Amino acid sequence: MPEIGTDRWVAEFESRRVRREGPWGRLIEWSSRRWLWLFAGAAIVYPFVIGGDFGIRVGVNALLLAMLAIGLNVVVGYTGLLDLGYVAYYGLGAYGYAFLASDQFGIHLPTPVVVAVVALVVFGVGLVLGQPARRLVGDYLAILTLFFLQVFVELALNLDRLDLPFVDGPVSITGGPNGIAGVDPMEILGFRFGQVRDYYFLLLVLVILLIVGVTNLARSRTGVGWRAIREDTLAAEHMTIPSGRLKVLAYAFGATVAAVSGTVFAAVQLGVFPQNFTVALLIVVYAALVLGGEGSIPGALVGALIIAMVPELLRTPAGARLLFYGGLLVAGLTLVRPRRRLAVIVPGLLLFGLAVRALVAGIWPGLVAAETAGGVDRWLLRFSASADVVVSVLFVVTIAVALAAVAVRRRRVRDALLILGVYLLVLVWENRLVEEPSITRQLLFGALLVVLMVARPHGLLGRPRVEVV
Amino acid sequence: MAVLELRGLTKRFGGLLVVDGLDLSVAEGEIVSLIGPNGAGKTTVFNLISGVFTPDGGDILLDGRSIVGLPRHEIARRGVARTFQTLRVFLNMTVAENVIAAEYASGTVGAVRSFLGTPAARAEAERMRAEAERRLAFFGERLVGYRLEQPAYSLSYANRRRLEIARAMATGARLLLLDEPAAGMNPAETQEITRLIGQLRDEAGYTILVIEHDMHVVEGISDRVVALDHGVKIAEGSFDDVATDPAVVEAYLGKGGAATK
Repeated sequence: MPEIGTDRWVAEFESRRVRREGPWGRLIEWSSRRWLWLFAGAAIVYPFVIGGDFGIRVGVNALLLAMLAIGLNVVVGYTGLLDLGYVAYYGLGAYGYAFLASDQFGIHLPTPVVVAVVALVVFGVGLVLGQPARRLVGDYLAILTLFFLQVFVELALNLDRLDLPFVDGPVSITGGPNGIAGVDPMEILGFRFGQVRDYYFLLLVLVILLIVGVTNLARSRTGVGWRAIREDTLAAEHMTIPSGRLKVLAYAFGATVAAVSGTVFAAVQLGVFPQNFTVALLIVVYAALVLGGEGSIPGALVGALIIAMVPELLRTPAGARLLFYGGLLVAGLTLVRPRRRLAVIVPGLLLFGLAVRALVAGIWPGLVAAETAGGVDRWLLRFSASADVVVSVLFVVTIAVALAAVAVRRRRVRDALLILGVYLLVLVWENRLVEEPSITRQLLFGALLVVLMVARPHGLLGRPRVEVV
Repeated sequence: MAVLELRGLTKRFGGLLVVDGLDLSVAEGEIVSLIGPNGAGKTTVFNLISGVFTPDGGDILLDGRSIVGLPRHEIARRGVARTFQTLRVFLNMTVAENVIAAEYASGTVGAVRSFLGTPAARAEAERMRAEAERRLAFFGERLVGYRLEQPAYSLSYANRRRLEIARAMATGARLLLLDEPAAGMNPAETQEITRLIGQLRDEAGYTILVIEHDMHVVEGISDRVVALDHGVKIAEGSFDDVATDPAVVEAYLGKGGAATK
């Protein structure tokens, strides 16, 4: 009979442990430990690299979305409360800032006071409106909280002609559909926020503080309790965890984070409008969280950055090109296994392109546009404007080849199809798609999201959940 | 004084009497086994004690004070911890986190201090972690070392049962309700569990109420055995007395079963 506690399997585990090997593996291991420093470094450099005001504004939107996603992660990712009213608290924060720092009521309080008051009030509102979470779960809670959001939007739209006792004439509280314009910029310790860049760095500080705080929370009894509730509420209660109280706390915490980011949003935009806080934004926040991986803080961050920045990158041909070839490179490196197949495919691709180019130039010179200098044009066919139809046909052929490449099992045929497919893809891309970003933008973004979610159904940095074993 | 006392405990599901006027008392440091055929109402008794259901009649006294109607976490706080017949470990959390979760009541640091990462919050997190390792060390090296950071779903069935017991211990309870601790275990593991339950009482000082179908385990651990059938207590006493009681034999084997025994 075995002795209690002796377990050879455990004693010998080191020999079975799998570690990531090689320089690539070491890079992954290193960056997964130091991701916050990597993010902070990149984010500090970003405004100086990107230069223009527009790029920084994109960064501001990305950081706002990151804050929202990380706050929502506590509610949905940790505690498992499907909160569809989340964006209402973002709106409450924004309107709260506008009430206390604009000409709407003639109140101009110092920024730290405004933010503190808004945070405290919204936390209280969260504690009250979070009460249903004690009893409702899943879709029931979702519907109820969605109702909260709709109520908020309706109030924001309609509280503009209110008849109050002892006051002459209708009073406008929210400004109705026109919102509240002329909100004060922020001012902290005598520093007046003038440029978008100032808000960018403020948000960066807030996001980093939030990440550190939520990481601390996740390790505490509160955070562990939240996750236990999501795993199995009944078992958690039997383990002394007051599930009702912790659920309400998670809900109110998420609400407060949303409200604080709302105050910054109002100040950046110098105004608040009801249409800023609709279901559309809710979907974007959820998309960021799900894409990054529920329950993962770096996941929420990465998801938010992708959702906020990639569509902007697709706006210009240069940015779209970067993304396209970057994606192609990553796809090649990760999907082609074993990697030595690349030693055949890459040279094959180059030779194939040169051959096609020489062939077409010899047979049918009219099809090819006048030579342009350098780069990819030395290799790729460039069609003249009259050959648009050819490109459209090739687009369809590309899809057919891609499908065939997936279906075929024989290695050589598959490699040949892959070469043809990638070539055609680049051909269609360079000749048509990149020139029309307005059409391709949403299409490519959608395709990217689909590919990412197919590749990692549990989110980019999320862990696959195991429900029953 | 009895740690746990059930007085005329009654529970109905619709028109069905599941537990019918059950009286039971468990003294400090005692191991009492609850046996009976499937559907006898054993698990329902556990669910009543731990607050999953509220009784339709009768009273449940813990150290002489009624715990009927208290929220589940409050009952657990007062010293009743349980394991589940169908395992309910927190699958997607690590082994250490499973135990840390159960230490919730022992903590004093609130969410604000945890968020700020104050020294007190850090100290408490470290203390809970060390406490979890200590609890898990009760099972030898099976759940310690690198296993601490493994997700609970990676554990074998037997190790999940051990983890559930460790988790119940971590609540700081004095009364353990173990629902079929040996279910699904092989003979060697069953013997180990038998010894373990003895250790839980002798070394760790727990009072234990256990539901078990494996009569070897029941024989090995019980100070006293209580047999239930159709929610009614049909026998109580030492293992030998209950095992040979005609009513118990009939409940398990049916009428005429006694003749072949």
